[in-house]
Amino acid sequence: MNSNSSNPIESKQKYQEYVDKKSPNSPILKNCFNAFWVGGLICTIGQIISNICKIRGLDLSVSSTIVSIILIGISAFLTGLNIFNKIGKFAGAGSLIPITGFANSIVSPAMEYKSEGYVMGVGGKMFTVAGPVLVFGISASIIVGFVYLIFNTQSITLV
Amino acid sequence: MSVDWSQVFDLMSLLKCFVVGGIICVIGQILIDKTKLTPARILVIFVTTGAVLGGLGIYQYLVDFAGSGATVPLTGFGYNLAKGAIEGVKQYGLVGAFTGGVKNAAGGIASAVFFGYLAALISKPKMKKQ
Repeated sequence: MNSNSSNPIESKQKYQEYVDKKSPNSPILKNCFNAFWVGGLICTIGQIISNICKIRGLDLSVSSTIVSIILIGISAFLTGLNIFNKIGKFAGAGSLIPITGFANSIVSPAMEYKSEGYVMGVGGKMFTVAGPVLVFGISASIIVGFVYLIFNTQSITLV
Repeated sequence: MSVDWSQVFDLMSLLKCFVVGGIICVIGQILIDKTKLTPARILVIFVTTGAVLGGLGIYQYLVDFAGSGATVPLTGFGYNLAKGAIEGVKQYGLVGAFTGGVKNAAGGIASAVFFGYLAALISKPKMKKQ
């Protein structure tokens, strides 16, 4: 039939090979590299804040709370100003996995549903992503507490 | 007040933090690229994993080693919750399993709610293109 062009099945296969060769490697490597340095940088900013807290004589749990509050505050407002989305597009998991991603996941849906009002729109939709995170995180911590209670017999006397 | 900048920019602590924090983010990036998991599910997986590793006492080693490199990623949020629950049980018994976790992570949760609401209020009403 179309003898002058190559066999369609063969060319499809070739195309697939070409796609496999091209697509999986380069974007993943690039994404991982960007995620690595942006994520590392966000953690390093946290460590600098934490080092300052340490010099001022605050203990570790207080300073890690301060780090969380500052990073959450900054990323919430950067999301509100539409800057964080640009960072997120570039860095992927690099800005999603640090606690900044948690703040972003609260502000983004809240912004989107602002037109539905300030109580059910902003106040309600804030938790579309953060809700599940809190549900599973808090539930897991309660289970950890139970397990600890059961396997450390000396603590049962406290109940 | 004078600040000792060599302690603030303690290179060893910053380097360990950068590498460990970066690696945790790369794990997340591989999950995004290789699986069809939504970002919301990945956040849930990371927090839950952190809570389990924290409960087993494994995550503590990472926190001792890397500081903020381990506590800033969401696994650190889960670790914080689990650590609080264990401390709560030690102190108050059964009730502590319920109160300890959230108590320990209260700063993060409360600031996320407060700043999140404020930021959404002041945000530009422009619809973002996805």
